[in-house]
Amino acid sequence: MRLEHVSKTFSNGTIALKDMSLTIGAGEFISLLGPSGCGKSTALRMLAGLGEPSSGKIVWPDPAEKSASDKSEGEIGFVFQEPTLMPWATVFKNVWLPLRLKGISQAAARPRVMEALEMVGLDKFADSYPRELSGGMKMRVSIARALVTRPRILLMDEPFAALDEITRQKLNDDLLRLWEQFGWTIVFVTHSVFESVYLSSRIVVMAARPGRVIDEIDVDAPHPRGIGFRTSQAYGDYCRRASESLLSAIGAADHL
Amino acid sequence: MTSIDQGPAAAHAAQETAHPEPALVPAPSMPVTERVLRVAIPLVMLAGLIGLWAWYVAAYNIPKYILPGPDLVLQSLIKDWPILGTALLVTLKITFAALGIALVGGVALAILLTSSKWVELALSPYMVILQVTPVVAIAPLILIYAPSTQSALLICAWIVAFFPVLSNTTQGLKSTDHNLLNLFELYGASRWQTMIHLKLPAALPYFLAGLRIAGGLALIAAVVAEFAAGSAGAGSGLAFRLLESQYRLNIPRLFAALILLCGTGVVIYGATSLISHLALRRWHESAIRREN
Repeated sequence: MRLEHVSKTFSNGTIALKDMSLTIGAGEFISLLGPSGCGKSTALRMLAGLGEPSSGKIVWPDPAEKSASDKSEGEIGFVFQEPTLMPWATVFKNVWLPLRLKGISQAAARPRVMEALEMVGLDKFADSYPRELSGGMKMRVSIARALVTRPRILLMDEPFAALDEITRQKLNDDLLRLWEQFGWTIVFVTHSVFESVYLSSRIVVMAARPGRVIDEIDVDAPHPRGIGFRTSQAYGDYCRRASESLLSAIGAADHL
Repeated sequence: MTSIDQGPAAAHAAQETAHPEPALVPAPSMPVTERVLRVAIPLVMLAGLIGLWAWYVAAYNIPKYILPGPDLVLQSLIKDWPILGTALLVTLKITFAALGIALVGGVALAILLTSSKWVELALSPYMVILQVTPVVAIAPLILIYAPSTQSALLICAWIVAFFPVLSNTTQGLKSTDHNLLNLFELYGASRWQTMIHLKLPAALPYFLAGLRIAGGLALIAAVVAEFAAGSAGAGSGLAFRLLESQYRLNIPRLFAALILLCGTGVVIYGATSLISHLALRRWHESAIRREN
């Protein structure tokens, strides 16, 4: 899929995103890296069909599935920054939701829901309520819900930003395993340089005011990645490169 | 996450369970002494107050037409039960009918108000007017317009009871988590699906808070409306019996009627609280016991 000169201006006049062009290939793991206010979440939401671009267009590979609203029928899985679970429903019912909205009964959905829960290691917690789970487990449920429709594209909006460092590292590893295993396309929004280098095959560096793309970094390190990569010289070099790119974006005019 | 790179998934999941606050599981059995005290303290308090009342009446020789002792009130309650019981039934009928219509009407109107801001702009001023006008003041008008006294009482009680349901449910419907709304939009949910699966469950705690207020108010309004209507005779409720006892200086019966009303109010409050607890205990913050 491709973004062609996409811009987004909010009704209060804020330019959230200016002239963003990006080609996303199948099976890529792309990180949108940037400070807050750089439009990375806005870009992701437009990819998901939440809000139309003010100008420019988003192009999908299959002409039969052009419009963004059609894409939401199982093509795309979306993971929010918060777990965004329904507190009144069990883990099972939360994961069942995307299928339920398409009219699939609980019995018919059960195998797929349990499969998704198994992927994130929570099949034993199907009957728990969200409040009985830790922050990391809630996020896993959220990921399982995104996976249950068997999407080809997974959009993740700073999914691990609210987690502690240890849990976050664990989920990073797990996400990489799943990606290596299933080969989805993932677009991952983050403001962490280290997270983006560790996970991605390509990093898109963005700057704020107005939100725009300023750099792209290919991360060629082989998979599977693990602690070896995380402590390697190459990892350090990529992190430095991404950090310098970010710093140049912040520029002299911005007072942080 | 996957079970390919590590041991059994349950093992690391269990590690994570240890992370949140320990007392999230619905209240285990509390200590026996605490359970006994929970029942005993209110009972001892009640017995003490009744004892004080009996002692005061006896010690200061209070005449029974001023303040009857508890024994006399109990006697009157038993002796006059045929009269008081029928009156109670009439009051209960009005209370619950009004509450029922208030619940259905309040929720329906709340859904209507939140469905479009134009509808809200058009209707909400009248909802407020209906609420702020004292029901005693409009009761005479309603009495003229309503086909029967009973229906007039019902309308009065309904006006009072329905507002808390409406305003709480409206607030609840508006407070739906924005991210969850986005999620529903993302998965192509229809308006109807969003209402049934998201907005109504999200509004449930607010609605139940409204129900608890409305339950008490419906009873109060049923009594006040009857006062205002001045209904009398065989088919009347407890309010008429209260006034009648006062005119006849039958103060023990007045107290007996009052106790029936109090008891009814307490039972209604208890019932609505129980409903609220049962509906929310698995998931809502308000129903969770925490230990720190």
